[in-house]
Amino acid sequence: MPCVIELTGIRKSFGGVHALKGVDFSISPGEVHCLVGENGSGKSTLIKIMSGVYAPDAGEIRIDGKPCARLTPHESIAAGVQVIYQDLSLFPNLSVAENIGIRQYMEKGRRLVDWRRLRKSADDAMRRIGVSLDPDRPVRELSIADRQLVAICRAIAEDARLVIMDEPTASLTRTEVDALLSVVRDLQRRDLAILFVSHRLDEVMEIARRVTVLRDGEQAGVYDARELDDARLAFLMTGKQFTWGINRTSCEGNAPLLEVRNLSKKRNYADISFTLRRGEILGVTGLLGSGRTELALSLFGCSAPDSGEIRVEGTAVRLESNRDAIRAGIGYLPEDRLTLGLVLDQSAGDNVVLSIVDSLVGRGGLIDGRRCDATVREWIESLNIKVSDPVVPVRTLSGGNQQKVVLAKWLATNPKILILDSPTVGVDIAAKHGIFEIVKALAAKGIGIILISDEVPEVLCNAHRVLLMRRGRIVGEYRPDGISQKELAVKINAE
Amino acid sequence: MRNDERLRGGTRAGFAALRGEFLLAGVILLLVAFLGAKTDGFLSWSNLFDLLNSYAFVGIMAAGLLTVLISGGIDISFTATATVAQYVVASILVRYGESMGAPFGWIVIFGAAAFTGLLLGAVNGLLVHSLRVSAMIVTIATLNVFYGILIFVTRGKWLYDFPKWFADGVNVWSFTQGGATYSLSLAICALIAVLAFTAFLLNRTTLGRKIYAMGGNPEAATRMGFNLLGLRLFVFCYMGFLAAVGAVVQAQVMQTVAPNSIVGRELEVLAAVVLGGASLSGGGGTLLGTMLGVALIAILQNGLTLLGVSSYWHQIVIGCVILSSVSATAWNARNGAGRGVGIDVPD
Repeated sequence: MPCVIELTGIRKSFGGVHALKGVDFSISPGEVHCLVGENGSGKSTLIKIMSGVYAPDAGEIRIDGKPCARLTPHESIAAGVQVIYQDLSLFPNLSVAENIGIRQYMEKGRRLVDWRRLRKSADDAMRRIGVSLDPDRPVRELSIADRQLVAICRAIAEDARLVIMDEPTASLTRTEVDALLSVVRDLQRRDLAILFVSHRLDEVMEIARRVTVLRDGEQAGVYDARELDDARLAFLMTGKQFTWGINRTSCEGNAPLLEVRNLSKKRNYADISFTLRRGEILGVTGLLGSGRTELALSLFGCSAPDSGEIRVEGTAVRLESNRDAIRAGIGYLPEDRLTLGLVLDQSAGDNVVLSIVDSLVGRGGLIDGRRCDATVREWIESLNIKVSDPVVPVRTLSGGNQQKVVLAKWLATNPKILILDSPTVGVDIAAKHGIFEIVKALAAKGIGIILISDEVPEVLCNAHRVLLMRRGRIVGEYRPDGISQKELAVKINAE
Repeated sequence: MRNDERLRGGTRAGFAALRGEFLLAGVILLLVAFLGAKTDGFLSWSNLFDLLNSYAFVGIMAAGLLTVLISGGIDISFTATATVAQYVVASILVRYGESMGAPFGWIVIFGAAAFTGLLLGAVNGLLVHSLRVSAMIVTIATLNVFYGILIFVTRGKWLYDFPKWFADGVNVWSFTQGGATYSLSLAICALIAVLAFTAFLLNRTTLGRKIYAMGGNPEAATRMGFNLLGLRLFVFCYMGFLAAVGAVVQAQVMQTVAPNSIVGRELEVLAAVVLGGASLSGGGGTLLGTMLGVALIAILQNGLTLLGVSSYWHQIVIGCVILSSVSATAWNARNGAGRGVGIDVPD
C-alpha cells in the first residue's frame, strides 16, 4: 500500500536559519505515528510543509506515491491532510454542527446555507467515530475534551485521510486521554493515518507504531515506539544524557515552615493537613479536579478557606488576599503562566522586577533605573535565562525561558515558601531539567517548595515527599523511594 | 429514543440561547403595562405609529451596527455617514426634486444615498483592515473627518422645502381607527424590509455565517481560508448602506435636514444593540435582541415624555437601565461559569 504522504530530503530555511536540513518522513494508511522534538526542532515547519503553508526549498513530496511539484493549502486539504492545531481552531460562538460542517461555507458558488445537509454531515461524522454531542450546543459550552472531538469530527467531515494532531493531550485528564485514544484506534481501523506531534513522551505513544524524532532540524531517527522510554527519548531529542535519580534525603529534622491544619473549603477541598519544612520539596499530585490547584490558590490568599488554620514559621496567618500571602513570604507560580504569570507584551526585565518595583524606587519617587537594570541582570544570569536582550517582550521567549522569568519574578521577592503549580507544562526536556536544577538549589538554601504536578516522574525525581490528592482530600503520603512510578500512576488515576 | 433526546437537547439549547431576549421582552412588557396604566396616550394607535415612525431609522441603523459588532468590529462613524447621505439627498431634492416626480425620484435619492453610504463604509472597512488598529479609534477618527468635511462644504445650512411627493411619502395598507387613518409609512416599510433582509443575511446565507465565524475566532477564520478583507469590507459597507437608508427615512419623517439631527445619537444606537445582547468582543448577538433593545430605549424615552419627566432625566434613566442590564448580564455569566466548577468532596 503506498504511503499517504512521503517526504524525502526536505530542506527549508528562513532568512539564513535552517529550520529543516534534509528530513525524511512517511506515514501509511492506518498508521499511528508520533513526531517528537523540542521547541525549535522543526516540528511545526514540517507540519506546515505537509499542510501546504510553506513550500520546501528542496526535497520531494509524494502523495499516494505520486510526486507533486508544489503542494498548496488547497491541494493538501484535497489530498485529505487535516491539521488539528493545539488551539483547535474552533468557533466558540457557533454550534457543534456548524463547526463540523463549516467547510460548506467555502464551497464555490454557495450563497445560501443548506442547514439540512450541514446537520447531516455533522451527524454522519459524529456517528462515524461514535460520539454523541448535542449538535445545537455552542462550542463554548463544551469541555476541552469535547471540543477536541468536535475538531476531529470536522476533520472527518472533510474526508481526512491523514489527521495531524498538535499536542492533543496537553490539557486533558487521564480519562479524557483514554477516550481520545479509543477514538484514534477507531480511526486507525478505518485506515486513516494519524500523526501526533509532541515535545514529550506522550500518553498517545502507547498506541503509536513508529516515532520520528527531530533535533535541530535534522532527523534523529525513526524508532519503534516500544523501544523508547523517557530517558532514551530525552537523549534523542537533546543529544544530552540526563540523570533521573530520585530524592532520597529527608528533611524531617528541619524546622517547620508552613503548617496547614484541617483546612476545608466547600466544593474545593476538605480536611487538608500537612507540614512543609525548611528546604523541603513537597510534591502534591492528583488528577485535574482533585483540588490541588484550589488548595494552592487558598495558600496564596486568592480564595479564603472556610475553616482550618495556616501557620507560617509557627505564627497563625490569615491570608485574605495575595498581598497578605506575599507579605508572609509565599510565592505562587500559576499553572497558566501565559495569562496569569506574565505580562506577555512587556520585556523580560520588566516582568522580573514587576513584584518588587516598589522597593526599587529611588530619590524623588521615581524608579531607580540603574538598580532596576542591575537586579534584572543578576536574575537573568543566576537563572541562566536565554534572552538576547532584557528589553525583548516575554512573548517571544521559549516556554522554558518564560517559566524562568516567572520564577525570577518570585525569587526577587525573597520568598520563604514557593508554590509551583505544574511548572513544566509546555517546557522542553532540557529546559525542564534546568528549572528543576534551580528548584533544588533553592531548596538547598532553605526555601520550602510545594511542587504541584501530575507528571509522575517529575514529582518522584524531585520531591522529598509526595502527597496524593483525590476529590478534594489528601488520600496518601509517599516517599519517593517507597513507591515506583507505575504504582503512583495507578494510584493517581484510581477513582 | 435517541432522536427524541437530541430534539429535546436542541430545544433546550435554543431556549438557553434566547434567555436574554426573554428577559428583555419581559422588562418591556412590564414597562408597557406600567405606562399603559399611568398615562392616557401610551396605549393608543397614534402613539404606536408615532413611535414606529420616529424610531424606524434607529432600528435600521442598529441592524447595520449589529452586523459590524458580530464580525468583531465596531463603527462609531455611521451617524456622520448618515448625515452626509442626507445632505446629498436633500441637495438633489432641492435642485431637481420638482422635475423628477415620484417613482423616478425615489429611485434617484435612494440610489444616491446608497452610493454615499457604500463609499464611506468602504473607506472605514479598508482603513480598519489595513491599519490593524482598533475599529473604534479608526471610526471615531472618520466620524470627525466625514462630519468636518460636511460642515465645511455645507456651512451647516439647514435644508427644507422639499417637493410634495417627498413630503407625502409612501403609504400602504391604510386603515381607519377611531376617526383617524393609519398606514404603513415609508419609514415603517423600510424598517420591515431591512429587518427581513438582515435576518435572512445573518441566518441563511454563507456570508452571514462567515461573519459570525470571523467574529468568534478570527485566527481560525484565517486558517479556514476565509477572505477577511472581503468580509470586513462587506460589513462596513452594509453599515454605511443602512446608515444611508436610515438617513433618507429620517429626512422624510422630519422634512428637514440639519447637521446635528443624527450625529450625536451613535451611542444611543450602540446602547440599544448592546442592551439587545450583542457582544462587543464579536461573534454574538441576534437581530431579535437588537430590536428589543431599540424598542426598550424608544419606549423609555416616549414613556418618560408622556409622564412629563424633564428631558434631562431621560439620559440619566437610560444610563441607569444600560448599567443594570450590563451588570445583570455579567452577574449571569459569572454565575453560569461558576456553577460548572467545583469538586464534589466526599464526606
